[in-house]
Amino acid sequence: MKIKLNIWRQNGPNDPGAFKKYDVEVIPDMSFLEMLDVLNEDLLHKGEEPVAFDHDCREGICGTCGAMVNGVAHGPGDKITLCQVHMRAYKDGDEIWLEPFRAKAFPIVKDLIVDRASYDRIIQSGGFIDVKTGSAQDANLVPISKPVADQAFDYAACIGCGACAAACPNASAMLFMGAKVAHFATLPQGQPERSQRVLNMVAQADAESFGSCTNHQECVAVCPKGIPMSAIAMLNRDLFAAAVMETGTE
Amino acid sequence: MSLHLESNAPGGPIETSWQRHKQASKPVSPANKRKYTVIVVGSGLAGASASASLSELGYNVHCISYHDSPRRAHSIAAQGGINAAKNYPNDNDSVWGLFHDTVKGGDFRARESNVYRLAQVSNSIIDQCVAQGVPFAREYGGYLTNRSFGGALVSRTFYAQGQTGQQLLLGAYSALSKEIGRGGVKMHTWTEVLDVAVVDGVAKGVIMRNLKTGEITRLAADAVCLATGGYGNVFYLSTNAMKSNCTASIRAYRRGAGFANPCFTQIHPTCIPVSGDHQSKLTLMSESLRNDGRVWVPKKKGDTRKPSEIPDAERDFYLERIYPTFGNLVPRDVASRAAKRMCDDGYGIGPSGYGVYLDFKYATERLGERAVGDRYGNLFDVYTKITGDSPWNTPMRIYPASHYTMGGLWVDYNLMTTIPGLFALGEANFSDHGANRLGASALMQGLADGYFVLPYTISKFLNSQTGGFSDTNHEAFREAEDSVNKKVDSLMSIGGSQSPDTFHKRLGKIIWAECGMARNEAGMTKALGEVRALRDEFWSDLKVVGGKDGLNQTLEAAGRVSDFIELGEMMVMDALSRDESCGAHFREEHKTADGEAKRNDEDFCHGAVWEFTGDKQAPDRNIEPLSFDYVPPSQRSYK
Repeated sequence: MKIKLNIWRQNGPNDPGAFKKYDVEVIPDMSFLEMLDVLNEDLLHKGEEPVAFDHDCREGICGTCGAMVNGVAHGPGDKITLCQVHMRAYKDGDEIWLEPFRAKAFPIVKDLIVDRASYDRIIQSGGFIDVKTGSAQDANLVPISKPVADQAFDYAACIGCGACAAACPNASAMLFMGAKVAHFATLPQGQPERSQRVLNMVAQADAESFGSCTNHQECVAVCPKGIPMSAIAMLNRDLFAAAVMETGTE
Repeated sequence: MSLHLESNAPGGPIETSWQRHKQASKPVSPANKRKYTVIVVGSGLAGASASASLSELGYNVHCISYHDSPRRAHSIAAQGGINAAKNYPNDNDSVWGLFHDTVKGGDFRARESNVYRLAQVSNSIIDQCVAQGVPFAREYGGYLTNRSFGGALVSRTFYAQGQTGQQLLLGAYSALSKEIGRGGVKMHTWTEVLDVAVVDGVAKGVIMRNLKTGEITRLAADAVCLATGGYGNVFYLSTNAMKSNCTASIRAYRRGAGFANPCFTQIHPTCIPVSGDHQSKLTLMSESLRNDGRVWVPKKKGDTRKPSEIPDAERDFYLERIYPTFGNLVPRDVASRAAKRMCDDGYGIGPSGYGVYLDFKYATERLGERAVGDRYGNLFDVYTKITGDSPWNTPMRIYPASHYTMGGLWVDYNLMTTIPGLFALGEANFSDHGANRLGASALMQGLADGYFVLPYTISKFLNSQTGGFSDTNHEAFREAEDSVNKKVDSLMSIGGSQSPDTFHKRLGKIIWAECGMARNEAGMTKALGEVRALRDEFWSDLKVVGGKDGLNQTLEAAGRVSDFIELGEMMVMDALSRDESCGAHFREEHKTADGEAKRNDEDFCHGAVWEFTGDKQAPDRNIEPLSFDYVPPSQRSYK
């Protein structure tokens, strides 16, 4: 089947960029990124520069891929990354508009590739448990009930793809941060640094120019790992508690 | 033969070897640690854990990754689990048991001393990860739970649903992030290492390319550690990520690092079958599925009925039939070859005839939907997304695919390669898995090397160096940078007609056909000629567009494919010269009466270590003899 593509081409961070039209012939079993492989092979043969897009594991876990597909981060489908979209989701003659994730804190590198180092810097500011190699006690010393462990897992499933901030009208990183804050806040191991962690991470997000949450919930709608809104609630609760503790007033 | 292959493993009782080795190596004094700089290439389980641990000790660390973030490393995709000898289930597991199973699983081609140490440190890994907040699966009582994996009769595998690699990597990434934030680790993302600078015989730095700007720079240090993963993408189609490559390893090999056992490549039995020529990668379905899934094919050749229309009596549960003791949980090499044999004999299913069923109907009847969903729900979702079929309604279709490489840079007991100062960790080295890796031991090895082995063993080498090496103007750096520039320029200027991907696919087809699950002399001799011809064609007909000063993914791919071609040639030569079957290396000339791998311990109980001798010249084959003093070599039997 034939697909009409409109792809954002931008040669570098300072280039203005524009949409460019392409036609590509696909089969339904192809993945979305395999469609771009086919297009790129064709462009290369014509001597044109292939479309730069980021991807790696192609099974939805590394968080490298992602783009806005007809305005939706990661394209059609529930709880999937762009690499997991298959062309059977489209029909012959469909038109697709493809753009990079857009947020001030995700500067464009080239075409569909953005730089999400701001997410790494948020983690570096406090998104960890400070335990040095070798200082851990036996793993079974602290029992953690199964529902609590399962809930921590659900928050920890975030892949750091950036779809949440890209989908948010405020370009907020609250779902990303909330997932990490809630993962650790749910577990006993995360308690000692609980207050400082959330303060540091939110301060870093502000410094990176991510916006605040105003409950649009666009992030939850596109999150490939189904991180729930309760992550943001927990982030806000912990932030409030930490701020109160820090100032000593209510 | 000129490589010096002294294992440096301490003699004496194996139970105390590691303890004695640590006691004999003097730590670097705390005041001096800050004088030493260590480069770690790669940020997967081995690289991230090593970077974080070395930084915590006080060394200056540079960690280099070609990804946009260290969290993208392909360790993230590991599904099933991580082994440890905790014996929490009280099923008679022990350090000895894990050691024994790993040596046997590797079909007696790994170094006993290294494997014993791996089993010894396995428990500390679980402790460390739990302290980091890794949410392993637990029982209702709050204690950690285990499951079984292939090649073992005990439950020693810890897991976090089907995303164990992700959770372990995020643990290591958080430790690395902590050290980056503290200033102990300087992280270089979007950066690819393209050569190693060897100053007076000692590795003293790397040449690297900034993938965003194309800038090529030198970085000096007192030691270099490669944690760059495996070379499974030599097959093009594999469960590896698209960017996984052998470039750093091959360039180190060209600088004098011996490359061991390249023909030991693992073909994983349970992957989603190939659906067409457009296919870019294969997706693994975790081995854990074989705990409860039953593998079968129709008893009738060429049976085209839907699986639901084939009654139990007409299904051949061939693993349970042939291997009654281990059943569906035989090791990977055994399961893969059995699937291939069934399909070659005409019993395969699916459009291509190259597939077998993995069926959860029986587990659902026995355990109920909820229990099956708890264990495998997310894996079922992955399968459905890719194939459009639901494993709840119809059996999965699976077929073996390239997954892991046991071969890699030769290292001694200290994880040092044949180039002093150059270390190799995790999948990038060859040391622990012999000719076949058991499930759930790759994560164990990556983290063992990074958290608990290298931080001790590197001190012996660093104590022999004055520290603070920074002379990037040394002739060795200049020469290495020149050679990188030359290579980039020649890739850009060939002006041919075929893309890097085209060459990669063609290479993969040659290697898969003749040096995959089954190998023979005639086929490999033909393949060797084909690979060499492909190499010549690559250097005369490659097409790369765009410039070298900026992001150019085609150029990146071209460099990696050139290295895969070189590795592919070495891999076929290794498989040809290893005239026996062992583990995943199956020579059709050497099999037992019932079709299993038949080792030749008299002639091949050794690691084969390849030494670079020059472009287009056959490398030299060196050997490291192996001795088995604790687990006597026997014909592996899983019946």
